[in-house]
Amino acid sequence: MRYLPNADADRHQMLDAIGCARLEDLFSDIPREVLEKCEPLGLPMRSELDVFGELVRTAEANSAVNQISLLGGGIYDHYTPHVVGQILARSEFYTAYTPYQPEISQGTLTAMFEFQTLICELTGMEIANASMYDGTTALAEAALMAERIRKRKRVAVAANLLPQYRRVLNTYAWAAGLELVDVPFDVSGRCAWERTPENVSAIVVQSPNAFGVIESLGGLKEKLGDALLIVATYPLALGLLEPPGSFGADIVVGEGQSLGLPMGFGGPLLGLFATKMEFLRQLPGRVAGRTIDAEGKTGYTMAAQTREQHIRRERATSNICTNSALCALAATVYLASVGAEGLRQVAELNFAKAHYLANEIGRLKGYRLAFDAPFFNEFVVRTPGSADAARRKLGRMGFLVEDPAELEALGVKNALRIAVTERRSRAELDHMIAALGGRR
Amino acid sequence: MRTLFDYPPREGVGGIFPTCDVPSGSPAEVLGEGLVRRNAPRIPNLSEGDVARHYTQLSKLNYGVDDGIYPLGSCTMKYNPKLNEDVARLAGFADVHPRTDEPLAQGTLRVLFELSELLRGISGMAAVTLQPVAGAHGELLGMFLFKKHFEERGETGRTRVLLPDSAHGTNPASAAVAGFSVTEIRSNERGTVDLDSLRAELDSSVAGIMLTVPNTLGIFEENILDIARAVHEAGGLCYFDGANLNSFIGRARPGDMGADVFHFNLHKTFSTPHGGGGPGAGAVAVSEKLVEYLPVPWIAKAGETYRLDWDHPRSIGSIHAFYGNFLVAVKAYAYLLQLGDEGLREVSGDAVLNANYLQERLKKTYSLPYDRRCKHEFVLSGEGFPDHVSTIDIAKRLIDYGVHPPTIYFPLIVREALMIEPTETESRESLDRFAEILETIAREAREHPELLHNAPTRAPVRRLDQTQAARNPVLTYPFGEQTA
Repeated sequence: MRYLPNADADRHQMLDAIGCARLEDLFSDIPREVLEKCEPLGLPMRSELDVFGELVRTAEANSAVNQISLLGGGIYDHYTPHVVGQILARSEFYTAYTPYQPEISQGTLTAMFEFQTLICELTGMEIANASMYDGTTALAEAALMAERIRKRKRVAVAANLLPQYRRVLNTYAWAAGLELVDVPFDVSGRCAWERTPENVSAIVVQSPNAFGVIESLGGLKEKLGDALLIVATYPLALGLLEPPGSFGADIVVGEGQSLGLPMGFGGPLLGLFATKMEFLRQLPGRVAGRTIDAEGKTGYTMAAQTREQHIRRERATSNICTNSALCALAATVYLASVGAEGLRQVAELNFAKAHYLANEIGRLKGYRLAFDAPFFNEFVVRTPGSADAARRKLGRMGFLVEDPAELEALGVKNALRIAVTERRSRAELDHMIAALGGRR
Repeated sequence: MRTLFDYPPREGVGGIFPTCDVPSGSPAEVLGEGLVRRNAPRIPNLSEGDVARHYTQLSKLNYGVDDGIYPLGSCTMKYNPKLNEDVARLAGFADVHPRTDEPLAQGTLRVLFELSELLRGISGMAAVTLQPVAGAHGELLGMFLFKKHFEERGETGRTRVLLPDSAHGTNPASAAVAGFSVTEIRSNERGTVDLDSLRAELDSSVAGIMLTVPNTLGIFEENILDIARAVHEAGGLCYFDGANLNSFIGRARPGDMGADVFHFNLHKTFSTPHGGGGPGAGAVAVSEKLVEYLPVPWIAKAGETYRLDWDHPRSIGSIHAFYGNFLVAVKAYAYLLQLGDEGLREVSGDAVLNANYLQERLKKTYSLPYDRRCKHEFVLSGEGFPDHVSTIDIAKRLIDYGVHPPTIYFPLIVREALMIEPTETESRESLDRFAEILETIAREAREHPELLHNAPTRAPVRRLDQTQAARNPVLTYPFGEQTA
């Protein structure tokens, strides 16, 4: 096997050196009955050429890649400049471990420090960690952190959260004994804040939310008393939208996939987690910090480690260890490549194309937007008759549109959620309008 | 170290995105002033060359498996095959949205299903989920499953989890996040679980045990069947931490040892890269009695068609946005397909042989507190050197010789621990060279201790001040301040 460099001759000499007659003797500490029960998988050893061929064919069985995607709901078909992939392919980055030895991990650590800074700049917050698994687990960790800070088990949760966020939050809340109380949404698609319950540790809100609608966060923080404001956000949208930090958010989480990560059927993703400096001791996850070396030269190391599991064990702020470091590097290189100007441009492209399509669909007979509150690049449209029928029609024309079941579960019937990114051309959008029996 | 914020901003460096081809109103008009960003984020606009050079320079300050031996104990830093990287970049895998209709994503679903089946076979257990995205995430899922099991049985008084003092650091934290309290079980002088101490703790308040197999000393619990039997007889469950599966893969199965939950680290045993701290993947296998609680959706197969199956009302719910780290899973799948049964046995054989070979040689120079055959790793002690030379000095001196240090100061039960896991992908010459370096360092420690105290001197930076980083945290770029 070419991943294993030792030949049989080496193995024999090594066994001799340790005074062991047979390799099997090295496994004699495993109970014999356990060894005897072990059955093979029935899997032959195969060549690289053979395996690559099979996996290329398997990938081709995903016919979705040949279609035009209007799918969204937290994961989007964005464009990534090629420099990102080239940097990520450098094995000094991807074959390294967590930077426990900072002197030979300055590449990873400097990039982590840059990432934390970029996330703070985007969200308008003071500190950020070096990443979580994904947006949903970041949100669950935020709810746990709020409980640690405010020492209350109740959390108010906007009912228009994307379902995957709510599912994961439900699981973590059940395990931690948190009580989640729904805050309903109104006809505009926005959360009805006046119906926030009392005595909660935090209120959890997502903007843009499950309907693509941008929440109105202005003045909200002041009405919450001492409850923390937790906002789940869409980082690419923050190129155009006022960041949650400006509205007094205490914790901002988000899914970083839009910043240079492939959709990858939903993984790996990139959990963003940012908060205020005063909450540093309660922050989950790794953080890189700037320091100096023995000669006074600037360098980077992992900081505030006394919060973490490898030091504090069962009293740690989280059990997270391995996170999404390489995905955070992708986001860092992505943002460095597009710059503030490129980020604004791509966010405006998303905004403009989504609004163009929404306006055009709105002109079609029987179609109308489900909500009148502002949106970014995703919107919900009511269909004349069954949403499934409209979806099937679009599917036959090569458009990927999401199953309306998820909206139905949120109480929105006969409707489709449509996401439009910078990758959709005007021709594609016009083609879609035509497919819906439209104007041309 | 220069950061991207230290570069002079460039003008006219756009061009990644096209100009807008649809008529559009001004966002401020459509959204209203309050929603549109007032202050641009401070992200410099750079040329592509600036970016490529900056990150290429940063990469050169790192040490990866492709640079040399990386003997971090319990981290299994084996070689990461290049085929896997290219497979995960195939557009058919990388560019599929998680909400794609199942018929259009059959290739991906097939990989997820088939990999689960292979891992199920390797574990000898009833079912596998690929939803956890890291080892600690798998541990957390395991603890959620414990909780659910006892909740369903009305045994809510089972709130304690037993943990040997040789367990991974994430174990106690995972138990705590799931709401359990932790009771530590002492190791005996042979470095294994003390059965009497264990039995003394087993009562109706115990949910179960979390056992690292083999443990962090690299020692297999010879009494594992007795341990599992005792825990089961007391009504508890057995969680086996599979981070060290590399030491017995293809030769023994956790299901045959009594495991109720077992987690795999795909980024250790199955050769997917660590990425400087993720993304990993942490599949979990369970015994029959926990199957119905596994997270949704499951990946199901009917005839030749694969689909997502959400209909499991007794499931704990979801622990990830979608279906786990698919692009990591596909790398592990490619690895397994290449190795086959024969390759897997060779992996554990060479991993254990390499560790024992290195241990045998190094114990002549360094103290080996638990002097016995090891599995895939072993733990030396840096004690016994004059002039306050300690393990950290040895580690930093290794850097001067161009190799990565082992895991240090862990496990906690060995003073001045140096935890060494060479993995099967190191050749005999590589092991010999690593041993020679450690022997030279031991000599230096006695003759020229300052070389160790001052190390590293050949790294991009000298020893870093961790105290200042903790006391005066600078966690973001100090815009506007003068920097060194």
